[in-house]
Amino acid sequence: MSLDINKIRADFPILNQKIYGKDYIYLDNGATTQKPQQVIDVVSHFYQHSNSNIHRGVHYLSEQATLAYEGVRKKIQTFIHAEHEHEIIFTKGTTDSINLVAFSFGERYVKEGDEVIISAMEHHSNIVPWQMLCERKNAKLKVIPFDKSGELELDKIDALFTKKTRILAITHISNSMGTINPIKEIIRKAHQANVPVLIDGAQSIQHLKIDVQDLDCDFFAFSGHKIYAETGIGVLYAKEKYLNEMPPYQGGGDMVDKVSFEKTTYLGAPFKFEAGTPNYVGAISLGSAIDYLLEIGLENIAEYESELLKYATEKLLAIEELTIYGTAKKKSAIISFLIKNIHHYDTGMILDKMGIAVRTGTHCTQPVMDVLCVTGTVRASFAFYNTKNDVDKLVEGVLRVKKMFD
Amino acid sequence: MNLKEVQDQIVEEFEVFEEWLDKYEYLIELGNSLEPIDIKYRTNEYLINGCQSKVWVNAEMTGENVVFFADSDAIITKGIVALLIRVLSNRKPDEIMNADLYFIDKIGLTQNLSPTRSNGLLAMVKQMKMYGMAYHAKLNK
Repeated sequence: MSLDINKIRADFPILNQKIYGKDYIYLDNGATTQKPQQVIDVVSHFYQHSNSNIHRGVHYLSEQATLAYEGVRKKIQTFIHAEHEHEIIFTKGTTDSINLVAFSFGERYVKEGDEVIISAMEHHSNIVPWQMLCERKNAKLKVIPFDKSGELELDKIDALFTKKTRILAITHISNSMGTINPIKEIIRKAHQANVPVLIDGAQSIQHLKIDVQDLDCDFFAFSGHKIYAETGIGVLYAKEKYLNEMPPYQGGGDMVDKVSFEKTTYLGAPFKFEAGTPNYVGAISLGSAIDYLLEIGLENIAEYESELLKYATEKLLAIEELTIYGTAKKKSAIISFLIKNIHHYDTGMILDKMGIAVRTGTHCTQPVMDVLCVTGTVRASFAFYNTKNDVDKLVEGVLRVKKMFD
Repeated sequence: MNLKEVQDQIVEEFEVFEEWLDKYEYLIELGNSLEPIDIKYRTNEYLINGCQSKVWVNAEMTGENVVFFADSDAIITKGIVALLIRVLSNRKPDEIMNADLYFIDKIGLTQNLSPTRSNGLLAMVKQMKMYGMAYHAKLNK
Protein backbone atom coordinates (compact mmCIF):
# COMPACT_ATOMS: atom_id res chain seq x y z
CA MET A 1 0.00 0.00 0.00
CA SER A 2 1.60 3.17 -1.16
CA LEU A 3 -0.82 5.66 0.38
CA ASP A 4 0.11 7.83 3.34
CA ILE A 5 -3.12 6.92 5.06
CA ASN A 6 -2.57 9.01 8.19
CA LYS A 7 -2.00 12.10 6.12
CA ILE A 8 -5.07 11.32 4.02
CA ARG A 9 -7.28 10.76 7.06
CA ALA A 10 -6.14 14.05 8.50
CA ASP A 11 -7.49 15.73 5.36
CA PHE A 12 -11.03 14.56 6.15
CA PRO A 13 -12.15 16.36 9.31
CA ILE A 14 -15.44 14.44 9.55
CA LEU A 15 -13.60 11.15 10.07
CA ASN A 16 -11.81 12.43 13.12
CA GLN A 17 -14.77 12.71 15.45
CA LYS A 18 -16.67 10.57 17.91
CA ILE A 19 -20.22 9.36 17.28
CA TYR A 20 -22.04 8.11 20.40
CA GLY A 21 -18.67 8.45 22.08
CA LYS A 22 -17.08 5.94 19.68
CA ASP A 23 -14.55 6.39 16.89
CA TYR A 24 -16.46 7.11 13.71
CA ILE A 25 -16.18 4.33 11.14
CA TYR A 26 -17.68 5.59 7.91
CA LEU A 27 -18.49 2.72 5.54
CA ASP A 28 -21.28 4.29 3.52
CA ASN A 29 -19.18 5.70 0.71
CA GLY A 30 -21.44 4.21 -1.93
CA ALA A 31 -24.12 6.63 -0.73
CA THR A 32 -21.85 9.64 -0.53
CA THR A 33 -18.18 10.36 0.09
CA GLN A 34 -16.72 12.70 2.66
CA LYS A 35 -14.98 15.92 1.66
CA PRO A 36 -11.32 16.73 2.16
CA GLN A 37 -10.41 20.00 3.84
CA GLN A 38 -8.89 21.13 0.53
CA VAL A 39 -12.31 20.99 -1.17
CA ILE A 40 -14.05 22.61 1.80
CA ASP A 41 -11.45 25.41 1.74
CA VAL A 42 -11.87 26.05 -1.98
CA VAL A 43 -15.65 26.41 -1.57
CA SER A 44 -15.30 28.59 1.49
CA HIS A 45 -12.67 30.76 -0.20
CA PHE A 46 -14.85 31.12 -3.28
CA TYR A 47 -17.79 32.41 -1.26
CA GLN A 48 -15.55 34.75 0.69
CA HIS A 49 -13.65 36.21 -2.23
CA SER A 50 -14.95 35.24 -5.67
CA ASN A 51 -18.70 34.66 -5.70
CA SER A 52 -20.54 36.13 -8.65
CA ASN A 53 -22.98 34.72 -11.16
CA ILE A 54 -21.28 33.36 -14.24
CA HIS A 55 -21.65 33.97 -17.98
CA ARG A 56 -23.43 37.30 -17.70
CA GLY A 57 -21.58 39.88 -15.71
CA VAL A 58 -19.20 42.39 -17.20
CA HIS A 59 -17.62 42.89 -13.84
CA TYR A 60 -14.39 41.44 -12.55
CA LEU A 61 -15.63 38.74 -10.18
CA SER A 62 -18.23 37.45 -12.63
CA GLU A 63 -15.52 37.02 -15.18
CA GLN A 64 -13.30 35.25 -12.65
CA ALA A 65 -16.16 32.96 -11.62
CA THR A 66 -16.91 32.16 -15.27
CA LEU A 67 -13.27 31.33 -15.89
CA ALA A 68 -13.20 29.07 -12.84
CA TYR A 69 -16.41 27.28 -13.88
CA GLU A 70 -15.30 26.78 -17.47
CA GLY A 71 -11.88 25.74 -16.22
CA VAL A 72 -13.50 22.85 -14.40
CA ARG A 73 -15.25 21.80 -17.59
CA LYS A 74 -11.84 21.63 -19.22
CA LYS A 75 -10.46 19.73 -16.23
CA ILE A 76 -13.22 17.14 -16.46
CA GLN A 77 -12.65 16.79 -20.17
CA THR A 78 -9.05 15.84 -19.41
CA PHE A 79 -10.03 13.73 -16.38
CA ILE A 80 -12.32 11.42 -18.35
CA HIS A 81 -10.45 11.95 -21.61
CA ALA A 82 -13.31 13.38 -23.67
CA GLU A 83 -12.51 14.57 -27.17
CA HIS A 84 -14.16 17.97 -26.80
CA GLU A 85 -14.72 20.33 -23.93
CA HIS A 86 -18.30 21.01 -25.03
CA GLU A 87 -19.11 17.34 -24.57
CA ILE A 88 -19.06 17.96 -20.80
CA ILE A 89 -22.42 19.12 -19.45
CA PHE A 90 -22.90 20.13 -15.85
CA THR A 91 -25.99 18.66 -14.21
CA LYS A 92 -27.32 18.19 -10.68
CA GLY A 93 -25.99 14.64 -10.48
CA THR A 94 -26.14 11.20 -12.06
CA THR A 95 -29.93 11.03 -11.80
CA ASP A 96 -30.26 14.40 -13.52
CA SER A 97 -27.80 13.35 -16.23
CA ILE A 98 -29.73 10.17 -16.98
CA ASN A 99 -33.05 12.01 -16.99
CA LEU A 100 -31.59 14.52 -19.42
CA VAL A 101 -30.63 11.76 -21.86
CA ALA A 102 -33.87 9.83 -21.35
CA PHE A 103 -35.79 12.98 -22.21
CA SER A 104 -33.73 14.68 -24.90
CA PHE A 105 -32.38 11.58 -26.63
CA GLY A 106 -35.84 10.03 -26.28
CA GLU A 107 -37.51 13.03 -27.92
CA ARG A 108 -35.15 12.91 -30.85
CA TYR A 109 -34.64 9.19 -31.44
CA VAL A 110 -37.29 7.04 -29.73
CA LYS A 111 -40.72 6.43 -31.24
CA GLU A 112 -43.60 4.02 -30.75
CA GLY A 113 -42.63 0.36 -30.79
CA ASP A 114 -38.91 1.08 -30.24
CA GLU A 115 -36.89 -0.62 -27.54
CA VAL A 116 -34.62 0.46 -24.70
CA ILE A 117 -32.29 -2.00 -22.94
CA ILE A 118 -31.11 -1.77 -19.34
CA SER A 119 -29.80 -4.41 -16.93
CA ALA A 120 -31.41 -6.06 -13.92
CA MET A 121 -28.77 -4.60 -11.59
CA GLU A 122 -29.52 -0.94 -12.25
CA HIS A 123 -30.07 1.65 -9.55
CA HIS A 124 -33.65 2.95 -9.66
CA SER A 125 -32.26 6.12 -11.23
CA ASN A 126 -31.22 4.13 -14.28
CA ILE A 127 -34.56 2.33 -14.47
CA VAL A 128 -37.30 4.85 -13.81
CA PRO A 129 -36.28 7.55 -16.34
CA TRP A 130 -36.29 4.88 -19.07
CA GLN A 131 -39.63 3.52 -17.92
CA MET A 132 -41.02 7.04 -18.09
CA LEU A 133 -39.61 7.42 -21.61
CA CYS A 134 -41.11 4.08 -22.65
CA GLU A 135 -44.49 5.09 -21.26
CA ARG A 136 -44.32 8.43 -23.03
CA LYS A 137 -43.40 6.91 -26.38
CA ASN A 138 -45.11 3.58 -26.03
CA ALA A 139 -41.72 1.90 -26.33
CA LYS A 140 -40.55 -1.33 -24.74
CA LEU A 141 -38.05 -1.80 -21.91
CA LYS A 142 -35.86 -4.91 -22.09
CA VAL A 143 -33.63 -6.17 -19.32
CA ILE A 144 -30.27 -7.99 -19.31
CA PRO A 145 -30.36 -10.54 -16.46
CA PHE A 146 -27.55 -11.33 -14.01
CA ASP A 147 -26.66 -14.57 -12.28
CA LYS A 148 -26.45 -15.47 -8.58
CA SER A 149 -22.87 -14.23 -8.29
CA GLY A 150 -23.96 -10.83 -9.54
CA GLU A 151 -22.43 -11.10 -13.01
CA LEU A 152 -24.35 -10.07 -16.10
CA GLU A 153 -25.39 -12.91 -18.35
CA LEU A 154 -23.47 -11.59 -21.30
CA ASP A 155 -24.43 -14.46 -23.58
CA LYS A 156 -27.99 -13.15 -23.46
CA ILE A 157 -27.15 -9.64 -24.63
CA ASP A 158 -26.88 -10.27 -28.37
CA ALA A 159 -30.36 -11.74 -28.53
CA LEU A 160 -31.81 -8.57 -26.98
CA PHE A 161 -30.65 -6.25 -29.76
CA THR A 162 -33.11 -5.75 -32.59
CA LYS A 163 -33.52 -3.19 -35.35
CA LYS A 164 -35.80 -1.33 -32.95
CA THR A 165 -33.26 -0.98 -30.12
CA ARG A 166 -32.51 2.72 -29.68
CA ILE A 167 -30.26 2.82 -26.61
CA LEU A 168 -28.64 0.64 -23.96
CA ALA A 169 -28.23 2.13 -20.47
CA ILE A 170 -26.10 0.22 -18.01
CA THR A 171 -24.21 0.71 -14.81
CA HIS A 172 -20.42 0.47 -14.70
CA ILE A 173 -20.42 -0.82 -11.12
CA SER A 174 -23.39 -2.28 -9.26
CA ASN A 175 -24.10 -0.11 -6.21
CA SER A 176 -25.62 -3.01 -4.29
CA MET A 177 -23.28 -5.88 -5.20
CA GLY A 178 -20.08 -4.17 -6.29
CA THR A 179 -19.85 -6.00 -9.62
CA ILE A 180 -17.63 -4.26 -12.16
CA ASN A 181 -19.35 -4.83 -15.47
CA PRO A 182 -17.29 -5.44 -18.63
CA ILE A 183 -18.65 -2.29 -20.19
CA LYS A 184 -16.06 -2.03 -22.94
CA GLU A 185 -17.16 -5.39 -24.31
CA ILE A 186 -20.83 -4.48 -23.87
CA ILE A 187 -20.33 -1.19 -25.70
CA ARG A 188 -18.57 -3.01 -28.54
CA LYS A 189 -21.46 -5.48 -28.85
CA ALA A 190 -24.02 -2.66 -28.76
CA HIS A 191 -22.19 -0.66 -31.40
CA GLN A 192 -22.10 -3.71 -33.67
CA ALA A 193 -25.89 -3.56 -33.47
CA ASN A 194 -25.78 0.24 -34.03
CA VAL A 195 -27.02 0.92 -30.52
CA PRO A 196 -25.55 3.81 -28.52
CA VAL A 197 -24.69 3.21 -24.85
CA LEU A 198 -25.13 5.25 -21.69
CA ILE A 199 -22.90 4.32 -18.77
CA ASP A 200 -24.03 5.07 -15.22
CA GLY A 201 -20.70 5.92 -13.66
CA ALA A 202 -22.01 6.91 -10.22
CA GLN A 203 -20.06 4.11 -8.53
CA SER A 204 -17.05 3.96 -10.84
CA ILE A 205 -15.81 7.52 -11.27
CA GLN A 206 -14.30 7.54 -7.75
CA HIS A 207 -12.67 4.11 -8.05
CA LEU A 208 -11.52 3.57 -11.64
CA LYS A 209 -9.70 5.58 -14.27
CA ILE A 210 -12.27 6.55 -16.87
CA ASP A 211 -11.40 7.09 -20.52
CA VAL A 212 -14.61 7.72 -22.44
CA GLN A 213 -12.86 7.60 -25.81
CA ASP A 214 -11.22 4.28 -25.08
CA LEU A 215 -14.53 2.89 -23.76
CA ASP A 216 -16.24 4.49 -26.75
CA CYS A 217 -19.38 5.05 -24.67
CA ASP A 218 -21.86 7.53 -26.07
CA PHE A 219 -22.95 8.91 -22.70
CA PHE A 220 -21.34 8.76 -19.27
CA ALA A 221 -23.04 10.08 -16.14
CA PHE A 222 -21.63 10.71 -12.68
CA SER A 223 -22.18 12.72 -9.48
CA GLY A 224 -19.82 15.10 -7.76
CA HIS A 225 -20.75 14.09 -4.23
CA LYS A 226 -19.60 10.52 -4.81
CA ILE A 227 -16.16 11.73 -5.83
CA TYR A 228 -15.40 13.86 -2.75
CA ALA A 229 -17.02 17.06 -4.06
CA GLU A 230 -20.21 18.86 -3.06
CA THR A 231 -23.75 17.58 -3.54
CA GLY A 232 -25.93 18.99 -6.29
CA ILE A 233 -23.32 18.88 -9.04
CA GLY A 234 -22.95 16.16 -11.61
CA VAL A 235 -21.70 15.58 -15.10
CA LEU A 236 -23.05 14.21 -18.30
CA TYR A 237 -20.53 13.36 -20.97
CA ALA A 238 -22.14 12.93 -24.38
CA LYS A 239 -20.67 12.50 -27.82
CA GLU A 240 -20.88 15.66 -29.86
CA LYS A 241 -22.96 14.07 -32.60
CA TYR A 242 -25.79 13.39 -30.18
CA LEU A 243 -25.58 16.74 -28.44
CA ASN A 244 -26.05 18.51 -31.74
CA GLU A 245 -29.17 16.52 -32.51
CA MET A 246 -30.81 16.34 -29.09
CA PRO A 247 -33.33 19.06 -28.15
CA PRO A 248 -32.84 20.94 -24.85
CA TYR A 249 -34.03 19.29 -21.64
CA GLN A 250 -35.11 22.41 -19.79
CA GLY A 251 -35.68 25.97 -20.93
CA GLY A 252 -34.50 29.14 -19.26
CA GLY A 253 -31.76 31.70 -19.14
CA ASP A 254 -28.16 30.99 -20.13
CA MET A 255 -29.17 28.43 -22.80
CA VAL A 256 -30.70 30.67 -25.44
CA ASP A 257 -29.36 32.45 -28.48
CA LYS A 258 -32.27 34.76 -29.34
CA VAL A 259 -35.61 34.96 -27.57
CA SER A 260 -38.79 36.43 -29.00
CA PHE A 261 -42.41 35.46 -28.49
CA GLU A 262 -42.55 34.04 -31.97
CA LYS A 263 -39.41 31.93 -31.94
CA THR A 264 -36.51 31.20 -29.63
CA THR A 265 -33.21 29.82 -30.82
CA TYR A 266 -30.77 27.99 -28.59
CA LEU A 267 -27.07 28.09 -28.00
CA GLY A 268 -25.02 25.04 -28.90
CA ALA A 269 -23.80 22.38 -26.47
CA PRO A 270 -23.02 22.44 -23.63
CA PHE A 271 -25.00 25.62 -22.86
CA LYS A 272 -28.14 24.37 -24.57
CA PHE A 273 -28.38 21.81 -21.76
CA GLU A 274 -27.54 24.10 -18.85
CA ALA A 275 -30.62 26.26 -18.39
CA GLY A 276 -30.62 28.73 -15.51
CA THR A 277 -27.84 29.59 -13.11
CA PRO A 278 -25.81 26.40 -12.83
CA ASN A 279 -24.33 25.12 -9.59
CA TYR A 280 -21.05 26.84 -10.38
CA VAL A 281 -19.76 26.54 -6.81
CA GLY A 282 -20.48 22.83 -6.96
CA ALA A 283 -18.54 22.64 -10.20
CA ILE A 284 -15.61 24.45 -8.61
CA SER A 285 -15.68 22.00 -5.70
CA LEU A 286 -15.64 19.17 -8.22
CA GLY A 287 -12.58 20.64 -9.88
CA SER A 288 -10.87 20.84 -6.53
CA ALA A 289 -11.82 17.24 -5.67
CA ILE A 290 -10.34 16.05 -8.96
CA ASP A 291 -7.10 17.92 -8.19
CA TYR A 292 -7.01 16.21 -4.81
CA LEU A 293 -7.50 12.75 -6.32
CA LEU A 294 -4.94 13.28 -9.03
CA GLU A 295 -2.39 14.30 -6.45
CA ILE A 296 -2.90 11.02 -4.58
CA GLY A 297 -3.00 9.13 -7.86
CA LEU A 298 -5.88 7.14 -9.28
CA GLU A 299 -3.78 3.99 -9.63
CA ASN A 300 -2.66 4.23 -6.00
CA ILE A 301 -6.27 4.61 -4.91
CA ALA A 302 -7.43 1.64 -7.00
CA GLU A 303 -4.64 -0.56 -5.70
CA TYR A 304 -5.26 0.41 -2.08
CA GLU A 305 -9.04 -0.07 -2.31
CA SER A 306 -8.66 -3.42 -3.98
CA GLU A 307 -6.40 -4.63 -1.17
CA LEU A 308 -8.91 -3.32 1.37
CA LEU A 309 -11.73 -5.16 -0.41
CA LYS A 310 -9.75 -8.39 -0.33
CA TYR A 311 -9.01 -7.98 3.37
CA ALA A 312 -12.63 -7.12 4.24
CA THR A 313 -14.04 -9.98 2.17
CA GLU A 314 -11.77 -12.51 3.87
CA LYS A 315 -12.47 -11.17 7.35
CA LEU A 316 -16.23 -11.08 6.87
CA LEU A 317 -16.39 -14.50 5.25
CA ALA A 318 -14.62 -15.92 8.29
CA ILE A 319 -17.70 -15.04 10.34
CA GLU A 320 -20.01 -18.00 10.67
CA GLU A 321 -23.46 -17.68 9.13
CA LEU A 322 -22.52 -14.54 7.21
CA THR A 323 -23.32 -14.49 3.51
CA ILE A 324 -21.92 -12.01 1.02
CA TYR A 325 -24.25 -11.05 -1.81
CA GLY A 326 -22.35 -10.20 -4.97
CA THR A 327 -19.36 -12.44 -5.53
CA ALA A 328 -18.42 -11.46 -9.07
CA LYS A 329 -14.83 -12.04 -10.12
CA LYS A 330 -14.30 -8.33 -10.72
CA LYS A 331 -15.57 -6.26 -7.84
CA SER A 332 -15.33 -2.76 -6.51
CA ALA A 333 -14.94 -2.05 -2.78
CA ILE A 334 -18.59 -2.70 -1.95
CA ILE A 335 -19.70 -5.61 0.23
CA SER A 336 -23.36 -6.50 0.69
CA PHE A 337 -24.01 -9.08 3.37
CA LEU A 338 -26.51 -10.62 5.75
CA ILE A 339 -26.14 -12.58 8.95
CA LYS A 340 -28.40 -15.62 9.01
CA ASN A 341 -31.81 -14.91 10.57
CA ILE A 342 -30.92 -11.32 11.48
CA HIS A 343 -32.74 -8.51 9.71
CA HIS A 344 -30.51 -6.03 7.89
CA TYR A 345 -32.22 -3.17 9.67
CA ASP A 346 -31.45 -4.63 13.11
CA THR A 347 -27.83 -5.12 12.11
CA GLY A 348 -27.55 -1.56 10.83
CA MET A 349 -29.19 -0.07 13.92
CA ILE A 350 -26.80 -1.84 16.27
CA LEU A 351 -23.71 -1.05 14.18
CA ASP A 352 -24.82 2.59 14.17
CA LYS A 353 -24.74 2.71 17.94
CA MET A 354 -21.20 1.36 17.79
CA GLY A 355 -20.22 4.34 15.63
CA ILE A 356 -20.19 2.30 12.42
CA ALA A 357 -22.07 3.79 9.46
CA VAL A 358 -23.33 1.28 6.91
CA ARG A 359 -26.31 1.32 4.62
CA THR A 360 -29.15 -1.15 5.01
CA GLY A 361 -32.16 -1.92 2.86
CA THR A 362 -32.58 -2.34 -0.87
CA HIS A 363 -30.03 0.33 -1.88
CA CYS A 364 -32.49 1.67 -4.48
CA THR A 365 -32.16 -1.60 -6.37
CA GLN A 366 -35.36 -3.46 -5.52
CA PRO A 367 -35.14 -5.71 -8.61
CA VAL A 368 -31.68 -6.87 -7.44
CA MET A 369 -33.09 -7.87 -4.06
CA ASP A 370 -35.83 -9.82 -5.84
CA VAL A 371 -33.24 -11.77 -7.83
CA LEU A 372 -31.19 -12.43 -4.67
CA CYS A 373 -34.40 -13.43 -2.82
CA VAL A 374 -33.77 -11.08 0.12
CA THR A 375 -35.68 -8.06 1.45
CA GLY A 376 -32.48 -6.08 1.76
CA THR A 377 -28.84 -6.31 2.77
CA VAL A 378 -26.27 -4.56 4.91
CA ARG A 379 -23.82 -2.75 2.68
CA ALA A 380 -20.33 -1.67 3.61
CA SER A 381 -18.77 0.50 0.92
CA PHE A 382 -15.20 1.65 1.19
CA ALA A 383 -13.13 4.61 0.12
CA PHE A 384 -9.37 5.17 0.13
CA TYR A 385 -9.52 6.84 3.56
CA ASN A 386 -10.82 3.64 5.12
CA THR A 387 -8.34 1.33 6.80
CA LYS A 388 -7.94 -2.27 7.85
CA ASN A 389 -8.74 -1.02 11.34
CA ASP A 390 -12.15 0.11 10.02
CA VAL A 391 -12.68 -3.40 8.67
CA ASP A 392 -11.68 -4.91 12.02
CA LYS A 393 -14.14 -2.62 13.79
CA LEU A 394 -16.88 -3.71 11.38
CA VAL A 395 -16.09 -7.36 12.03
CA GLU A 396 -16.13 -6.71 15.78
CA GLY A 397 -19.50 -4.98 15.34
CA VAL A 398 -20.97 -7.83 13.35
CA LEU A 399 -19.82 -10.34 15.96
CA ARG A 400 -21.46 -8.22 18.64
CA VAL A 401 -24.71 -8.15 16.64
CA LYS A 402 -24.57 -11.93 16.35
CA LYS A 403 -24.04 -12.28 20.08
CA MET A 404 -27.02 -10.06 20.83
CA PHE A 405 -29.24 -12.35 18.79
CA ASP A 406 -27.92 -15.61 20.18
CA MET B 1 -52.69 1.39 34.78
CA ASN B 2 -53.54 4.58 32.99
CA LEU B 3 -51.70 5.95 29.99
CA LYS B 4 -49.36 8.03 32.13
CA GLU B 5 -48.58 5.27 34.59
CA VAL B 6 -47.64 2.74 31.96
CA GLN B 7 -45.44 5.24 30.14
CA ASP B 8 -43.71 6.21 33.38
CA GLN B 9 -43.14 2.55 34.11
CA ILE B 10 -41.43 2.05 30.73
CA VAL B 11 -39.28 5.15 31.27
CA GLU B 12 -38.21 3.71 34.62
CA GLU B 13 -37.37 0.37 33.07
CA PHE B 14 -35.12 2.05 30.53
CA GLU B 15 -33.39 4.25 33.11
CA VAL B 16 -31.17 1.37 34.21
CA PHE B 17 -29.51 1.14 30.80
CA GLU B 18 -26.44 3.28 30.44
CA GLU B 19 -25.34 1.88 27.12
CA TRP B 20 -27.28 2.06 23.90
CA LEU B 21 -26.58 -1.56 23.15
CA ASP B 22 -28.18 -2.58 26.45
CA LYS B 23 -31.33 -0.73 25.41
CA TYR B 24 -31.29 -2.59 22.13
CA GLU B 25 -30.75 -5.87 23.90
CA TYR B 26 -33.87 -5.15 25.94
CA LEU B 27 -35.81 -4.21 22.81
CA ILE B 28 -34.72 -7.48 21.18
CA GLU B 29 -36.00 -9.30 24.26
CA LEU B 30 -39.32 -7.43 24.05
CA GLY B 31 -39.52 -8.09 20.33
CA ASN B 32 -38.95 -11.79 20.82
CA SER B 33 -41.57 -12.02 23.53
CA LEU B 34 -44.27 -10.23 21.56
CA GLU B 35 -46.81 -12.76 20.45
CA PRO B 36 -46.60 -13.05 16.67
CA ILE B 37 -49.57 -11.68 14.80
CA ASP B 38 -51.94 -14.24 13.30
CA ILE B 39 -50.51 -15.17 9.92
CA LYS B 40 -53.72 -14.05 8.19
CA TYR B 41 -52.94 -10.46 9.20
CA ARG B 42 -49.38 -10.63 7.85
CA THR B 43 -50.66 -9.51 4.48
CA ASN B 44 -50.46 -6.38 2.41
CA GLU B 45 -53.80 -5.23 3.75
CA TYR B 46 -52.34 -4.77 7.24
CA LEU B 47 -48.85 -3.83 6.11
CA ILE B 48 -47.26 -0.50 6.87
CA ASN B 49 -44.39 -0.42 4.48
CA GLY B 50 -41.22 1.25 5.57
CA CYS B 51 -38.50 0.69 3.00
CA GLN B 52 -36.26 -0.82 5.70
CA SER B 53 -38.49 -2.92 7.90
CA LYS B 54 -42.10 -3.96 7.61
CA VAL B 55 -44.77 -3.50 10.25
CA TRP B 56 -48.18 -5.14 10.27
CA VAL B 57 -50.92 -3.80 12.50
CA ASN B 58 -54.52 -4.74 13.14
CA ALA B 59 -57.08 -3.66 15.76
CA GLU B 60 -60.23 -5.13 17.21
CA MET B 61 -62.88 -3.78 19.54
CA THR B 62 -63.22 -5.84 22.72
CA GLY B 63 -65.94 -4.45 24.91
CA GLU B 64 -65.27 -0.73 25.21
CA ASN B 65 -61.59 -1.04 24.36
CA VAL B 66 -59.46 -1.27 21.26
CA VAL B 67 -57.00 -4.16 21.24
CA PHE B 68 -54.00 -4.00 18.91
CA PHE B 69 -52.12 -6.82 17.24
CA ALA B 70 -48.88 -5.99 15.47
CA ASP B 71 -45.69 -7.51 14.18
CA SER B 72 -42.49 -6.60 12.35
CA ASP B 73 -39.88 -8.48 10.37
CA ALA B 74 -37.07 -6.67 12.20
CA ILE B 75 -36.68 -7.49 15.89
CA ILE B 76 -35.67 -4.07 17.22
CA THR B 77 -38.60 -2.55 15.37
CA LYS B 78 -40.77 -5.31 16.84
CA GLY B 79 -39.50 -4.41 20.31
CA ILE B 80 -40.66 -0.84 19.83
CA VAL B 81 -43.92 -2.18 18.43
CA ALA B 82 -44.31 -4.20 21.66
CA LEU B 83 -43.88 -1.01 23.70
CA LEU B 84 -46.48 0.83 21.64
CA ILE B 85 -48.91 -2.03 22.13
CA ARG B 86 -48.24 -2.08 25.84
CA VAL B 87 -49.08 1.62 26.03
CA LEU B 88 -51.99 1.86 23.62
CA SER B 89 -53.68 -1.51 23.51
CA ASN B 90 -56.78 -2.21 25.57
CA ARG B 91 -57.77 1.43 25.89
CA LYS B 92 -60.80 3.44 24.94
CA PRO B 93 -60.78 4.84 21.39
CA ASP B 94 -60.72 8.50 22.45
CA GLU B 95 -57.84 7.82 24.81
CA ILE B 96 -55.84 6.32 21.92
CA MET B 97 -56.54 9.09 19.46
CA ASN B 98 -55.55 11.77 21.97
CA ALA B 99 -52.58 9.93 23.47
CA ASP B 100 -49.43 11.94 24.11
CA LEU B 101 -46.69 9.36 23.68
CA TYR B 102 -43.98 11.14 25.64
CA PHE B 103 -42.23 7.93 26.67
CA ILE B 104 -40.67 7.55 23.22
CA ASP B 105 -38.69 10.73 23.66
CA LYS B 106 -37.83 9.98 27.27
CA ILE B 107 -36.30 6.60 26.49
CA GLY B 108 -34.33 8.09 23.61
CA LEU B 109 -36.13 6.41 20.74
CA THR B 110 -37.39 9.57 19.05
CA GLN B 111 -35.03 9.09 16.12
CA ASN B 112 -36.66 5.73 15.45
CA LEU B 113 -39.96 7.48 14.94
CA SER B 114 -38.70 10.37 12.87
CA PRO B 115 -39.91 10.68 9.28
CA THR B 116 -36.36 10.05 8.07
CA ARG B 117 -36.36 6.55 9.52
CA SER B 118 -38.21 4.44 7.05
CA ASN B 119 -38.96 1.62 9.48
CA GLY B 120 -42.73 2.01 9.44
CA LEU B 121 -42.96 3.01 13.11
CA LEU B 122 -44.13 6.58 12.63
CA ALA B 123 -46.76 5.33 10.20
CA MET B 124 -47.69 2.67 12.75
CA VAL B 125 -48.37 5.26 15.47
CA LYS B 126 -50.49 7.22 13.00
CA GLN B 127 -52.32 4.04 12.04
CA MET B 128 -53.01 3.16 15.70
CA LYS B 129 -54.42 6.62 16.28
CA MET B 130 -56.49 6.29 13.13
CA TYR B 131 -57.98 3.08 14.49
CA GLY B 132 -58.79 4.96 17.71
CA MET B 133 -60.39 7.72 15.71
CA ALA B 134 -62.37 5.33 13.53
CA TYR B 135 -63.74 3.36 16.50
CA HIS B 136 -64.49 6.60 18.31
CA ALA B 137 -66.51 7.82 15.33
CA LYS B 138 -68.31 4.48 15.12
CA LEU B 139 -69.25 4.54 18.80
CA ASN B 140 -70.58 8.08 18.64
CA LYS B 141 -72.57 7.64 15.49
